[in-house]
Amino acid sequence: MTAYLLKRLVIAAITLVVASMVVFAVLEVLPGDPARLMLGMNASADQVALLRNQMGLDAPLILRYLHWVGGLVTLDFGRSYTYSVPVIDLVRERLVVSLPLALMALTLSTAIAIPVGLFAASRQGRAGDAIAMGTAQLGVAVPNFWFALMLIYLFAVWLRLVPAGGFPGWSAGAWPALKALLLPAVALALPQAAILARVTRSALIEVMNEDYIRTARAKGLPYRAVLWRHALRNAMIPVLTILGLQFAFLLAGTIIIENVFYLPGLGRLVFQAITQRDLIVVESVVMLLVAAVIIVNLLVDMSYALADPRLRGRQ
Amino acid sequence: MKVWKTILAAAVLTFAVGSSAWAARTDLVIGIPLEPPHLDPTAGAAAAIREVTYANVFEGLTRIGPSSEVLPDLAESWTVSDDGKVYTFKLHTGVKFHDGSDFTADDVKFSLDRARAENSVNAQKQLFAAIDKVEVVDPATLKVTLTHPQGSFLYNMGWGDAVIVSPKSADTNKEKPIGTGPFKFDSWAKGTSIKLVKSDHYWGAPVFLDKVEFRIVPDAAAYAPALLSGDIQAFPFFDPDSVAQVKDDPRFKVVVGATEGETILAMNNKQPPFDKLQVRQAISYALDRKAIIDGASAGLGLPIGSHMSPTNKYYVDLTGRYPHDVAKAKELLKEAGLENGFKATLKLPPPSYARLGGEIIASELREVGIDLEIIPVEWAQWLDQVFTKKDYDLTIVSHTEPNDIDIYSRKGYYFNYDNPAFDKVIADVELTADEAKRKELYAQAQKILADDAVVGFLYELPKVGVWDAKLQGLWENAPIPANDLTKVKWTD
Repeated sequence: MTAYLLKRLVIAAITLVVASMVVFAVLEVLPGDPARLMLGMNASADQVALLRNQMGLDAPLILRYLHWVGGLVTLDFGRSYTYSVPVIDLVRERLVVSLPLALMALTLSTAIAIPVGLFAASRQGRAGDAIAMGTAQLGVAVPNFWFALMLIYLFAVWLRLVPAGGFPGWSAGAWPALKALLLPAVALALPQAAILARVTRSALIEVMNEDYIRTARAKGLPYRAVLWRHALRNAMIPVLTILGLQFAFLLAGTIIIENVFYLPGLGRLVFQAITQRDLIVVESVVMLLVAAVIIVNLLVDMSYALADPRLRGRQ
Repeated sequence: MKVWKTILAAAVLTFAVGSSAWAARTDLVIGIPLEPPHLDPTAGAAAAIREVTYANVFEGLTRIGPSSEVLPDLAESWTVSDDGKVYTFKLHTGVKFHDGSDFTADDVKFSLDRARAENSVNAQKQLFAAIDKVEVVDPATLKVTLTHPQGSFLYNMGWGDAVIVSPKSADTNKEKPIGTGPFKFDSWAKGTSIKLVKSDHYWGAPVFLDKVEFRIVPDAAAYAPALLSGDIQAFPFFDPDSVAQVKDDPRFKVVVGATEGETILAMNNKQPPFDKLQVRQAISYALDRKAIIDGASAGLGLPIGSHMSPTNKYYVDLTGRYPHDVAKAKELLKEAGLENGFKATLKLPPPSYARLGGEIIASELREVGIDLEIIPVEWAQWLDQVFTKKDYDLTIVSHTEPNDIDIYSRKGYYFNYDNPAFDKVIADVELTADEAKRKELYAQAQKILADDAVVGFLYELPKVGVWDAKLQGLWENAPIPANDLTKVKWTD
C-alpha cells in the first residue's frame, strides 16, 4: 500500500511539472495582448508598450516561466493583470462559492442516483426499471442550462421561493447563501444523478450475475439482503470512479450554470480571465485544478481499497 | 368597547400601510453585463468602469449630460481668452473627497498633469494633448493654457478619463475609488456586485437614492427572470433579443435610445481589392441596411450613412448616398475588373451585432459575387490581429467612443485610410471654436467619408433599457458610457 501510494505521488509530481510547462506554453502563444485589451482602441502604441513594461510582460519567456513556477512552489500565485490583486485572493473568493456548490450538487446527485439505481436494478426488465431509466435518459439528454432556466421560472419568478440568481456572500448568513446555491445545485445535480443512476444500475446488474451472488441466494438469503449487503458494495468501484470525475467537473466545468445564475464561481473566473487575457490568473487556476484533479484521483484510488478489501494488501 | 378596539386597530393598520407609501424607496439594484476590471476610469478603457463610477463616484471639471451636452461640474463657471487658448475655471468651494479631505485647484492640477504625463497609462491620453500648462491661481481658480485653440476642450474634460482624483488616493482608486461624487464606494464582491452608498457631505444637489448595487449578470438569458423576480430593478443595457419577454408587462418600461456606437463594416483600405474606390462603393450598394438592422439589432438601430450618431448635433443624413442596389454594385465591380467576383475574409468579434450582422452581410455580398469566409475571433484576438496588426480584409465593429470621426485621420489606424483633404478638415475642426463653422466642417468630414466609402456604414447601436415602471431619471440615450444616478428616484 505504501509503495503503491509513493508511486502514485511521484507520478502526480511529474504530471504537475509537465502540466505547468504545457499550460504556460499554450497560453503564451495565444494571440492577444493584455495591455492593449486594458487600454482599448484609443491608446497609442507607445502607451501600450509602457503598460506592458509596468506589468512585467516584456521580460523573456523563460524568465517569466521560472518566476511563475518559483512563485507556485512557495504558494505565491502572483497578481492578476486586470484586477491587480493577488491571484490567491481571487481564487479564495471563488472557492467559497464553487466548493460548497460542488459538494451540494454531489451529495444531491448521489442521494438520488444510488437509490434509483438500486431500485431499477432490483426490478430489472420490469415497468419500474423502464420508468426510472427512461427518466434518467431524459435527464442525460436535457441541457442543464435549459433545465436551470425552467427552475428559475418556476421557483424564482413564479413561486418566489429563492432568488433568480446571484450570490449574497456568506457574510449575509448561512441560509441566504445556501438558498442562492440551491437551484444551481439542483440544476447541476440532476443530469449528474441521471448518469450515476445508470452506472449504478448496470454495475449492480453485472455483479448480480456473479457466482458468489448465486451462492448467497442458494444458501437462502433473501434477494434484498443479497442486493444490499453483497452486491452494492462490489458495484461501488465504477460508481466511485464516475463520482471522482464528476467532482472535478463540478469544480470548474460549471461555467454555463454559473453564468445562468450569475454566480461568482471558479469556472467564471477562468472564463473571464481568458477573455481578458489575464494570463497569470488562467495559468494559476488551471494549475490548481490540475492539482485538485490529481488529488481527487488519488482519493478515489484509496477509496477503492476501502470498498474492496482485496486491494488493501496489494502492492 | 370591542367595536372601538377594532376601529383603532384598523386605523393603526391604515396609518402603517399609508406611511410606508409616503416614504419612497431609496435603494436600487442595477444589472450590468460585464464586470469592470477595476474602478479607476483614469487607468483603463473598459466601459464597465464608467458605467459604475461616472457622475456617481467621480466628477470632472465639466460633465456630459444625457443629450451629449457639456455641463458645468466641479467647475462652477469658466472664461476663455480671446485667442481661445487660455481657460480660467472657477471651482466650487466646500467640496470634499469621500475620505474627508478638501478638494482644491491643486487636485485638478495634479489630475490633469498625471493624465498627460510621460508615464501616464490613461486610455484617452489624446484628450489632454492640447494642454500646454496647468496653473493654480488660488484654491478655487485654475488656469489651463493650450498650445492651440481647441473647440472640443470643454467636451474632452467631461470624459470619464478626465475626472478629478486626489493625490492621496490616486494609486488606490482601482480597488477603492475615492472621488467627489454624490455616491461613495462601499464594497465590491468580485464577480457578484459593487455597492455604492450616498455620500454624507456632497456639495451639489442631493440625490434620492441611499444605496445602489450594480449586480453583474453576464448571461443575457438571465436578464428577464432577474427583473420578473424583482431581484434586479433596472437593466440600462438590456439584450434587444429578450425584449419580447418584458415589453407587454406594465410593471416595466422599455426605453429604446441611441448610443454613440457607429456600427460599421470596416474595410482594409490598403488591402487589394479594397484599395479600389469602386469595390468599396460596390459593397456599400450591396448592403441592405434594413435587413441588417432587423436581423442584428431586433430592428432597433438607426441607419447611418457616415461616421456620426443621428442624435449628435453635427449629424447630417447621408443614408441615401448608397441605396441598396445590387445591379449598381455589380456594375461597379465590373468597372473595377472584378465582374467574376472575388473571395475575402470577414473577421467577427464576439458581440451579437457582429456575429449576426456578419452572416447577413455575407449573404448580401454573395449576391454580387463576393464570397466571404467568416472567421469568428475573441476580443483579444481582434485587437491583436485586426486593430494592431491590420491583418484583415473586412470586419464588423461598433465604435463606441463619442464624437470620434477623427479616427479616420489617425495615422496607422486600422482602416488604412489616408486622405489629406479629410485630415485637413479634421485639423480645422480641432482649431475652431465657432459653432456654426464647426457644424459646417463636421458636415464636410461626414460627406468625404461617405463619398470615399471608407467603410460600410451600417447603423447606430441602439441602447435598450428596461427598468421598473416606477423608476425615474435613468438615461434614455448613452452619449457616453455611464449610468448617471444623480437624478434617479422611485415614484409611487
